[in-house]
Amino acid sequence: MFAAIFGSVEQGIIYAIMALGVYLTFRVLDFPDLTVDGSFVTGAATAAMMIVLGYHPAIATLVAIIAGFIAGCITGLLHTKGKINPLLSGILMMIALYSINLRIMGFTVENSVGRPNIPLLNSDTLFSQFSTWWGSLGIDEAINGFFSGIGVEFLPSTWGTAIVVAILVVLIKLIFDWFLKTEVGLAIRATGDNKKMIRSFSANTDNLVIIGLGISNALVAFSGALIAQYAKFADIGMGIGMIVIGLASVIIGEAIFGTKSIVRTTLAVIAGAIIYRIILALALRIDLLDTGDMKLITAFIVIIALVLPTYFDKRREKSRKAKRHAGRVANATIVTEQEGKYLA
Amino acid sequence: MLKLQAINKIFNEATADEKIALDQINLELKAGDFVTVIGSNGAGKSTMLNMISGALTPDFGEIVIDGKDVTSLPEYKRSQLIGRVFQDPMAGTAPTMTIEENLAIAFSRNKKRGLKSGVDKQRKEFFLQSLETLHLNLENRLNAKVGLLSGGERQALSLLMATFTKPSILLLDEHTAALDPSRAELITNLTKQLVEKDQLTTLMVTHNMQQALDLGNRLIMMDKGQIILEVGEEEKKDLTIAKLMDEFQRIRGEKLTSDRTLLSV
Repeated sequence: MFAAIFGSVEQGIIYAIMALGVYLTFRVLDFPDLTVDGSFVTGAATAAMMIVLGYHPAIATLVAIIAGFIAGCITGLLHTKGKINPLLSGILMMIALYSINLRIMGFTVENSVGRPNIPLLNSDTLFSQFSTWWGSLGIDEAINGFFSGIGVEFLPSTWGTAIVVAILVVLIKLIFDWFLKTEVGLAIRATGDNKKMIRSFSANTDNLVIIGLGISNALVAFSGALIAQYAKFADIGMGIGMIVIGLASVIIGEAIFGTKSIVRTTLAVIAGAIIYRIILALALRIDLLDTGDMKLITAFIVIIALVLPTYFDKRREKSRKAKRHAGRVANATIVTEQEGKYLA
Repeated sequence: MLKLQAINKIFNEATADEKIALDQINLELKAGDFVTVIGSNGAGKSTMLNMISGALTPDFGEIVIDGKDVTSLPEYKRSQLIGRVFQDPMAGTAPTMTIEENLAIAFSRNKKRGLKSGVDKQRKEFFLQSLETLHLNLENRLNAKVGLLSGGERQALSLLMATFTKPSILLLDEHTAALDPSRAELITNLTKQLVEKDQLTTLMVTHNMQQALDLGNRLIMMDKGQIILEVGEEEKKDLTIAKLMDEFQRIRGEKLTSDRTLLSV
C-alpha cells in the first residue's frame, strides 16, 4: 500500500512538469493544445534514442526539451500563420508526431526506419547515475534507520529519486513563476486574457502564442524524457490521453488549492498532479479494476473534478442566500413591530 | 502629426450588403490638436478610428503618423505610437491580471519586451504616482485583479494606461458611452486633465454633443462616410448644440435623426 503510494508520488512529481505545460496553454494562453499527446512521446523517444546511441543522459534530456519546444512552435505557427483552429492545429501536430516519434526511435536500429519502443533496462539514465552517487552518501540508510526506529514497516529502497525530482520540480516552478512576471510573461498572460487589449499595447500576439506553445511543449517533452528514464522504456503509446491527465491535474489542483495568484496556482497544479497519481494508484488496488482500465478511471476522475466543484458552489450559494434571506425577514419583523408600537 | 489622405473603405464590396464606410476622407491633425468627432450611427467614425489604429486597412489612401507612412504597418507595430481607449470598459484591460501588471503591460508599449521583471521597485513608484492622479484610491489596490473593478474604475485605468507613455496619437472611441452619467463626467474630466498635461494629439469619437463641444479645440461632423463639417479653433468657442443641428440640416437638407445623438444632448 505505502509502496504503491510512494511510487505514485515520485511519478506524480515528474508528471507535474507536464501538468505545468498544460496549465500554460489551457489556462494562461486559453489555447486547448492537444499537441501534448504527441510531444510527451517525442520527449521520451528523443531521450531514449540518444541514451541508447551512447550520449550522456543529461544531453539526451536537453535535446528532448528542444524537440518538444520545436513541436509546440509548429502548432503555434499552424494556428497563427495558417489560421487553423486551435484544436485542429494541436490534433494535426499530434498525429504528425506519431510518425515522427516512430522515426526518432527508429534511429536506434539499422534494418528499419521506425521502431515502436526502446527499452532502457541496461542503459545509464539520469536516475541510475544519480542513485549510484546518492547510494555512496549513505543517506538512505540513515533515513530508513530513523523510520524503522520509530516503527514504520514499509521503507522504500531509495529516497534519492523522490528528493531529486522534488527539487527539480520546485526549481521549475520558481522559474515558471518568475517567467510569468517578466515583461514577456505578462504579455503572454494578457494574450490569453484579452487579445485586443495587448495588441493595442504593441505586442505581437502571434509570436507570443508561438513562444507560449513552445515553452509548454518543452515542459511536456521534459516530463516525457524523465518518465522514459524513470520507467526505463519509451513507447509510442505512452502519450495516449496525456492531455486529459494534464487537465485532470490542473483541475484537481485548482479545485482544492484555489487560484488566488500565479504562485498559488502553479503550486496547486503540481499538487494536483501528485494527487491524481495517488487516486489512480488507490483505484487500481480495487480488485475489479485492471491496469487496462486506467484511461477509464482517468476520464472518471476528470468528470468528478469538473462536476463536483460546481455542485458545491451552487449549494454554498444557496445556503448563503437562505441565511441572508432569514436575516432580512428578521429585520423586517423588528421594523413592523416598531411601527406597530408607533401606531399604537 | 496625423494625416489621412483620401481614405476609402467599402465593406462587402460587390454584394447586396455593400456599404461605403469611408468615402475620400482627408484629415490632418497638428501636434497638440484635440479633435472631437460626432455623427449618427454608421457615419464611419469608428471605422476611421480603426483605420488609424490599424485594426482595419483602407482600400485606398494613405495614413501618415509623425511623418511616417504607416498604411501597411500591422496593428501591433503601429500601437507603439497610438494610445487607445475603447467604448467597452472590459476591452482595455486584462481582467485576471492585477492593476500593477496591467500598468506594466502598458508601460512596455514603446519598449522591447524582454525577460526583465514587469514590475520592479522603480516602476512601482511610478505606477503609484500615476494612479494617484486619478483620485480613485486605486493606488492602494495595486494587487487587486482588474476584473474586480467597476466599469468607471476600469475605464479610468484604461485611460491612464493609454496615455502615460505619451503616445503620438490618442484615440478615444466613445469611451464614456457605456458609463452612467456621473462616471461619464468623471472620465470626461480625467480625459481633459490627462490630455492637457502632456499636450497629447487626440481624436475622440462621441455621441454626446455637449461633450464634443466641451472638449477639444476642433470638431468634425461625419455622415455617410464623409466629413461634412469641420469647425476650427475660433469658431468652436461659440458653437452650441442648436447651431450644430441647424448646420447639419443646412448641409444635408434633413434633420439629424440618430436617437442616441438626440437623447444624449
